[in-house]
Amino acid sequence: MLLVLLSLLVLLASSALAFVLRKDPARAQDAGAYGAVAASLTGLLPAGRVLLTGMPETLTLPWAVPLGSLSFTLDPLAAFFLAPLFILTGLAAVYGVDYLKAYEGKKPLGLAWAAFNILTASMVVVFTAANAVLFMLGWELMAAAAFLLVLFEHEREQSRRAAYLYLAAGGAGALLLLAAFGLLGRSAASLDFALFSVPAGGGASAVFLLCLAGFGLKAGFIPLHVWVPEADPAAPGYVAAVMSGVMMKTGIYGLIRVLGFLSPWQEWWGWAMLLAGAASCVLGGLFALAQHDLRRVLAYSSIENIGIILMALGLGTVAAVNGATAMSALAFAGALLHVLNHALFKGLLFMGAGAVLRGAGTSELDALGGLGKRMPRTLPLFLLASAAACALPPLNGFTGEFLIYLAAFGGAAAPAALAGIVTALALAVAGALAAAAFTRAAGTAFLGEPRTGRAAGAQEAGPLMIFSMRALALLCLLAGLAGPLLLLPVGTAVAAAFGLAPALAAMEGAAAPLVYVSAAGLLLISLAALVFAGRALALKGKQPAAAGTWDCGYAAPTARMQYGAASFSQPLTDFFQPILRKIGQYPVITEYFPGKASFSTEAQAVFYNSFYMPAAARLRDLAYRFSWIQHGRLQIYILYIVVTLLLLLLWKL
Amino acid sequence: MNTFAELIIVFIILIDLALAVTGSLSSCIKLVALQGVVAGILPLLAMHGSPHFRAVAFAAVIIALKGAVFPWLMMRARDRSGARKDVEPLISYPASILLCLGAFIASSWLGSRLPLPETGVAWIVPASLATIFTGFLLITTRTKAITQVLGYLVIENGIYIFGLALFVEQPMMVELAILLDVFVAVFVMGIAIFHISREFDHIDTAELSELSDWRRGEDGR
Repeated sequence: MLLVLLSLLVLLASSALAFVLRKDPARAQDAGAYGAVAASLTGLLPAGRVLLTGMPETLTLPWAVPLGSLSFTLDPLAAFFLAPLFILTGLAAVYGVDYLKAYEGKKPLGLAWAAFNILTASMVVVFTAANAVLFMLGWELMAAAAFLLVLFEHEREQSRRAAYLYLAAGGAGALLLLAAFGLLGRSAASLDFALFSVPAGGGASAVFLLCLAGFGLKAGFIPLHVWVPEADPAAPGYVAAVMSGVMMKTGIYGLIRVLGFLSPWQEWWGWAMLLAGAASCVLGGLFALAQHDLRRVLAYSSIENIGIILMALGLGTVAAVNGATAMSALAFAGALLHVLNHALFKGLLFMGAGAVLRGAGTSELDALGGLGKRMPRTLPLFLLASAAACALPPLNGFTGEFLIYLAAFGGAAAPAALAGIVTALALAVAGALAAAAFTRAAGTAFLGEPRTGRAAGAQEAGPLMIFSMRALALLCLLAGLAGPLLLLPVGTAVAAAFGLAPALAAMEGAAAPLVYVSAAGLLLISLAALVFAGRALALKGKQPAAAGTWDCGYAAPTARMQYGAASFSQPLTDFFQPILRKIGQYPVITEYFPGKASFSTEAQAVFYNSFYMPAAARLRDLAYRFSWIQHGRLQIYILYIVVTLLLLLLWKL
Repeated sequence: MNTFAELIIVFIILIDLALAVTGSLSSCIKLVALQGVVAGILPLLAMHGSPHFRAVAFAAVIIALKGAVFPWLMMRARDRSGARKDVEPLISYPASILLCLGAFIASSWLGSRLPLPETGVAWIVPASLATIFTGFLLITTRTKAITQVLGYLVIENGIYIFGLALFVEQPMMVELAILLDVFVAVFVMGIAIFHISREFDHIDTAELSELSDWRRGEDGR
């Protein structure tokens, strides 16, 4: 625990140092990045130790804040979330040094690094806090730091809008969480997690709903996701990796924590999570398919994966309520494993998208193309991460989903079996949609011929960016192959989080099929290695012929004749048009020699436009009715304060 | 000795009433300074036995600040702002003094209801509350920014006397903390008033409401 505290201090110190050195961008970069890497290495040690031993570590320091106590707990659950946090932020910091070099002298890099390290530190506090006040402190600090980072390119109107949306969502979520913590700790002297008691009657359900919405606004499952597709693409690449890979998971972490406090559970809680998760993973995959920006595709894919995690939590809850302990342990383990795996591959994907943005100057899919030849080192990494995101074995995206499938098919009695069927169906649909979305995104961006001059002049990413991405790719592969080995820490975390003692036994049952999967994966990799070795041997001393990209037999093809992103997904997106509500115009060709025609399609932010915007407009209309209170006269404002104070004074007399 | 302290209390209440009806800005500043000095003497009288050196030193600092530094800053702000020399009340002076008297009656009732420790000096709690209310009156019913600073100073005097009533043993630490806040506030306001008057040619806070960003008719309505 002391090491976690040390890493926290290193983060805060390097953050302050980066801010102090902001006049000198190169040194500010060094201060921020070295601090982040050192803190990651320091923090990974205790997290790993706790995961292996399963023994929670605690630390309490004096703190004079009312209802608060400076107490930290590093239990296996916290450690399980800390591990991807430290891995990803450390590598993202290395990546960020190269990524930000182009901004030297144009942007306040010192501030960016200070915010980045504060973001990491606040997430460490969120994961280890054992007191609601401390937790909320970390939670709000996290929101503020991420807000600053989303605003990094504040001259773009889109970024400002994204940051505002993010802030509004965060504020609303924090309000709900405060209410939930107030209910949980209403009879205790302080808001320590250990002193929380479950409210009687409907109180527990109220706490659950408050937490589902409050944490959901951070986790970003549908319909609470509106900030995700705006804020994630607006942030710089390495920040988007951390935001999507870890920060959204703080919502999942909070939900798991609160579920731990709230036993005994109600069955409908599980159904609520399961259905929200199922909707989120199917719709997230669908929306990902319709996006025109690489980073937006990734953001919607994050929503999809959060949905998978939430769905697994719901399945586990339903199973636990119905007494199917082994099934519920498997579902929870699948959820946790997917948290780790998603952090790794989504971090890699966002870094890849950042490399594309840095290299080609845009991440609009229809402006890219042919990047594979111009960015030969980024290409395999991005493809590998895409394969992981499509849950293809032997990559890591598969293992978590495999456990969830195992759990889904393990239901014997009616409610749990039904939940399992729903989960398996949603998971299958989401997997298919993800495969389509990533084929489309990776294919349009990296294959074929460049569609614009910017894509044609794309530059390969810097060495540090490549290093980070390679490290993450290696971790994706290793985590996929070492699935059986990961079951021990996951089982410990599940046992600690939900009090499911038989979790470890259930993990043992799941180990056997996973061993086969790993063995098959190893076989596949060695076969691929053999093929490559054979190719290298055959080509020894020879020069392979280089030819142009296949041109469909046209004598004078242009890049505009390629399959575009919109046309690739059109059959699927047209089918789902009632949900996607694309805006656009299609040319209808009736003559043999058609004249000029134009085609456009635009993906709508459906939930934002058809629900949140009207609701916000209503709210603003309502607020205008009270605008006479806001007249701008200072004296009357002070009178308000005086009257309020007097009423408060008289209230108790 | 307490008789003398009670006399001072009466004097402070009288200054409150005088502040409610004084129209001249410089007289107001002087009255507030006088109240501060008188209130600063109070703890030395309310104490039993011979005063400690520390208490005397604190009292001296407080009297110097309230009696000399603050009035000097305010007079300077008044002269430099080039504003009119009266307080420009939003309500008439009779209404002001009626409100002030009402505040005094309300504070007497409040003082009898508040669960406070016994103090040797009569009327100290009502007087302190009445002073706080007078400060609020100055803030809310006068247009100039400088009268708002004056109002805060009067509130501070009231809090100081209230602190005496509450913490007969150790009013100094509380007072020192508040004083620091007020000192910073006065300082900042002195600068701010100077800048506001330079930018806008007046220090009328009512006209500053033009700066309000929440107005009917904007933002799509």
